[in-house]
Amino acid sequence: MEAERRYSFGGRSGGDDPTEAPEQDATEEQPERVVPDDTPVDIEGAFRDSNVQEVLDKLDRELVGLAPIKTRIKETAALLLVDRVRTGVGLPAAVPSLHMSFTGNPGTGKTTVALRMAEILHRLEYIRKGHLVTVTRDQLVGQYIGHTAPKTKEVLKKAMGGVLFIDEAYYLHRPENERDYGSEAIETILQVMENQRDDIVVILAGYKDRMERFFENNPGMHSRIAHHLDFPDHTAGELLQIAGLMLEEQQYRFSPEAEAAFREYLDLRIERPNFSNARSVRNALDRARLRQANRLFDAGGRGLTRKDLMTIEPEDIRASRVFQDAASGTEETGTDIR
Amino acid sequence: MRITQGTFSFLPELSDEQIKAQIEYALEQGWAVNVEYTDDPHPRNTYWEMWGLPMFDLRDPVGILEEVQDCREAHPNHYIRVSAFDSTRGWETVRLSFIVNRPEHEPGFRLMRQEVDGRKIRYTIESYAVTGKPEGERYGG
Repeated sequence: MEAERRYSFGGRSGGDDPTEAPEQDATEEQPERVVPDDTPVDIEGAFRDSNVQEVLDKLDRELVGLAPIKTRIKETAALLLVDRVRTGVGLPAAVPSLHMSFTGNPGTGKTTVALRMAEILHRLEYIRKGHLVTVTRDQLVGQYIGHTAPKTKEVLKKAMGGVLFIDEAYYLHRPENERDYGSEAIETILQVMENQRDDIVVILAGYKDRMERFFENNPGMHSRIAHHLDFPDHTAGELLQIAGLMLEEQQYRFSPEAEAAFREYLDLRIERPNFSNARSVRNALDRARLRQANRLFDAGGRGLTRKDLMTIEPEDIRASRVFQDAASGTEETGTDIR
Repeated sequence: MRITQGTFSFLPELSDEQIKAQIEYALEQGWAVNVEYTDDPHPRNTYWEMWGLPMFDLRDPVGILEEVQDCREAHPNHYIRVSAFDSTRGWETVRLSFIVNRPEHEPGFRLMRQEVDGRKIRYTIESYAVTGKPEGERYGG
């Protein structure tokens, strides 16, 4: 009875037993099989089976610009795919570390890319579930001594089998307060990043300069992140394209004059403080819709057609304060730009 | 005497792989999984201590298996069970519960007879390990 008990319950005795390391699994699966070197491999077939192309296409469709990011994602996908094919013919494939850092200004698509990344990693069977858990400092760092570690662990448990996306990760480290609990959270996360690479992928995101300072102060974190992706700002042309996509989604469209007006608006808006790329575009469009609704309402509803409900006219955009400020030459730094 | 309770009580002990598969199933059903422990395994004792909080919103069994492992390390000589709670309206109950750890030595239960009026006998069971010892000192733990 006793021997039986030991056998069945001792399945995972140590936790960090080296024979259980994920790197070994691939080779142990086919211990004695000898595969000749000229065995044909079907990378294309594997690619098709994984349905990754679908996600890559979606990424291409949904995200305007961001060419370097897209290339990077494709490269990562290729590496994982080749690793999978390698395992299939008995070659060892070390589990790559896929923790990433996304740096870039707000509204450049970091969260969206993280979502797609989770999907791609899931399709390539690198992570088991493919869900994305987005957290900020609040959800990781506790309020009193001994509160942080359990809180962080709770979040990590939720993210197991998926991707943990830590937004504005630099807030975790507060150098000005050495008793801050943030470093405890960093340590807990680091441990999991190192020991459970096959269970979780951690993505840190934030402004570029602040993230760089964060990594300087946390060299451990820096060395464990293999992929640093920098998200470039969108150009005005790209933003216009994004605006088009957003409107299409909501069944609206610009009249040709309105498109020109919006283009002008973007040129002015980019120069203003607090510009946050696609997010600002979304807000601008929301306000344009508001004005359009008002305009239609004031028109008294006479002679309106379905087309009028869908079309945004130049006056909906020209009413923006951005134009008025530009005309009067005031340099206002308020956040509330209408 | 090997005490059996809950689901799979008729089977030999589950391996960690099998436990993981069961947890996976519970998570797929949308049940919240808990880890509980006790050193009073009387069948009528439904109130086991909770190990940490119930784990809502989890997607992967690895995190739960880790908690089981932590609990085993902290309480090697306790009974530990994994239970899955279904919050669906109308159910609102534990749907799955199985033992994942037991003490090294289980002395079992003895039958107690109480003579009552009219030479009637009432029966009850009493654990050799539990009786007379406070919590934490039973089962040599």
